[in-house]
Amino acid sequence: MRHIISILMENEAGALSRVAGLFSARGYNIESLTVAPTEDASMSRMTLVTSGSDTVIEQITKQLNKLVDVVKLIELSTGPHIEREMMLIKLEARGADREEFKRLSDIYGGRVIDVTDATYVIELTGRGDKLDAFIATVDETKIIEVVRTGSSGVARGARTLRL
Amino acid sequence: MELTGSQIIVQFLKDEGVEFLFGYPGGAVLHIYDELHKQNDVKHILVRHEQGATHAADGYARATGKPGVVLVTSGPGATNAVTGIATAHMDSVPMVILTGQVPTPWIGSDAFQEADTVGITRPCVKHNFLVKDIRDLALTLKKAFYVATTGRPGPVVVDIPKDVTDPNVRIPYEYPRQVAMRSYNPVVKGHPGQIKRAVDLILSARRPVIYTGGGVVLGNGSEALTRLVRHLKYPITQTLMGLGSYPATDPLFLGMLGMHGTYEANMAMHECDVLIAIGARFDDRVTGKLDTFCPTAKIVHVDIDPASISKNVPVDVPIVGDVVSVMQEMLRLLEASGGAPDPDALGAWWSHIEEWRSHHCLEFDRDSRVIKPQAVIEALYRVTKGQAIVTSDVGQHQMWAAQFYKFDQPRRWLNSGGLGTMGFGLPAAMGAKLAFPDTTVACVTGEGSIQMCLQELSTCKQYGLPVKIVNLNNRYLGMVRQWQEFFYDNRYSHSYMDALPDFKKLSEAYGHVGMLIDKPEDVEPALEEAMASDQLVFMDFITDPTENVYPMIEAGKGHHEMTLPPHMSPERELA
Repeated sequence: MRHIISILMENEAGALSRVAGLFSARGYNIESLTVAPTEDASMSRMTLVTSGSDTVIEQITKQLNKLVDVVKLIELSTGPHIEREMMLIKLEARGADREEFKRLSDIYGGRVIDVTDATYVIELTGRGDKLDAFIATVDETKIIEVVRTGSSGVARGARTLRL
Repeated sequence: MELTGSQIIVQFLKDEGVEFLFGYPGGAVLHIYDELHKQNDVKHILVRHEQGATHAADGYARATGKPGVVLVTSGPGATNAVTGIATAHMDSVPMVILTGQVPTPWIGSDAFQEADTVGITRPCVKHNFLVKDIRDLALTLKKAFYVATTGRPGPVVVDIPKDVTDPNVRIPYEYPRQVAMRSYNPVVKGHPGQIKRAVDLILSARRPVIYTGGGVVLGNGSEALTRLVRHLKYPITQTLMGLGSYPATDPLFLGMLGMHGTYEANMAMHECDVLIAIGARFDDRVTGKLDTFCPTAKIVHVDIDPASISKNVPVDVPIVGDVVSVMQEMLRLLEASGGAPDPDALGAWWSHIEEWRSHHCLEFDRDSRVIKPQAVIEALYRVTKGQAIVTSDVGQHQMWAAQFYKFDQPRRWLNSGGLGTMGFGLPAAMGAKLAFPDTTVACVTGEGSIQMCLQELSTCKQYGLPVKIVNLNNRYLGMVRQWQEFFYDNRYSHSYMDALPDFKKLSEAYGHVGMLIDKPEDVEPALEEAMASDQLVFMDFITDPTENVYPMIEAGKGHHEMTLPPHMSPERELA
């Protein structure tokens, strides 16, 4: 099953490789991993999407907690939460496609953020499956590049992950 | 006071109370070595190979409970140390390893003797640091010792670029007495509700077994464990790493369990209804096949590392905490409740166990015309009156030492259980001997293992370390040969060592005493003579090359499916 783990960790050189190394050394799956500093520059926040049985997920959270750089973590997917991913997609946009892609982008709540005589870059944010759906809607031969950030997440309401 | 980086390191080690520093100089650590030269408080032990430095520090740490400290240079100095670091990591031994690094501006440029030490050691340390600024040096060193010695202990590497120890740069230094890390707060006290549940389950047992591991040794839990076991009068078995934390000569002790555990210990595990695991991690060499592991048992598991709990075997009552505080709380509850287990059930269980024990599964041929390795260990036990610190390497000799030397005290049995590192024994014995110069330190080894860190004989000479080497020389990589006999139809692929050195002459060449013993009747007199000597004695015992370690649980089999020694009739082999 798919699980999302949010991790607060020391913003130290090598902290990311400790997490990545743990996953490869112990044979756990990583679907996606995003990381950036928080409002407190000494800490980074990571969102990690993984999959496995309950036993495996329990081991993953325990092993992550055991890393000395990890301050705190929660498993977002055990409660109500919001998950977002951003995609930048560069499309070959000529002739009638220009109008069509603009319309599609509007339907999905995206924005065309770069335009040339032959291409569009569309920025689109949402859950991963929404981005998948957008890609599926576009004619495959018109896709030049797809850049996705991987999921970031936050728990709804009172549940928080902070120091 | 204003100090250079090198002076900070040396002063910090003094302030931290470090007695011995095991190391080997090289370019990146020359500034530090220059400072070491100017003082006598921290005694530097010059090894002959960096692997030896790490094992020696490890042996010192296992024998004393204090962290072992290592100093090596960058590049090959650090990579040579990796085996010893990984060995300590697998057995949770507190160590701090200082590695030199190329100057910070050169990092990443493939400079001479550059290696990504932090990257290479990351998977085999508890934590590691790269110090890029002299202002972080003292606090980082403090953090390293704090992390290494608290919670579940382990090795910590501190990688120090050469410019951080520049003799021309000075900053104020004050010893950081305390350190707090928001991301690292090991749990000590067990959850009271869980301990209460555990005690209720323990008292309800009809066929209990207590199973303890290295965690009780590391956590200094021997006294609490002994009181707990004697209060309950439950049978106790221990892992290879746990030996000594309960007296092996006590009738409640069933011997070691697992792959080469006793018949009674493994059968008791298989049939128990309540298993009380303390400071043990359900390693595959202990559990055998997981599907048939303790099939009828409810399990209590006490461990300081939450990740060890329910990792391999799901448990019913998990307790995260320091073994001593949890066992003391258990005892307090047991004494306060006045509750006791069902005496009839416990009596019946003990009768059952005594029946298993009556088969004497460790018996061997005592009339043999060739030296039996087991007989050597028994003689070592008699001659040293069970009071020696015994280190071992890895293989058959290690199992025989574990089976036949009855350890009554913790920190007397030092061996590489987790990683299984050949070459551990001799340097570990050096570390133990430095810590306990008045205690006999014997290294039980084989002609294969001893050659993996043989160069340390030279270190023993330099520092006058009269370690007693018990070489069980069967001219085979014995454990490999045993597996080839059992599972590869006697195809002894590369397990035979032709052209062995004359160990007697070799040890004499290093300035030690060598002995060659090839008759059973000479074993005990040789040991007596060696122990009476004030020198390092290398005893080369020519032993039976065909002897196997029994009992044995083949990989993938359960506790009840042991391969038993020849004297136990085949129908005893339950399947």
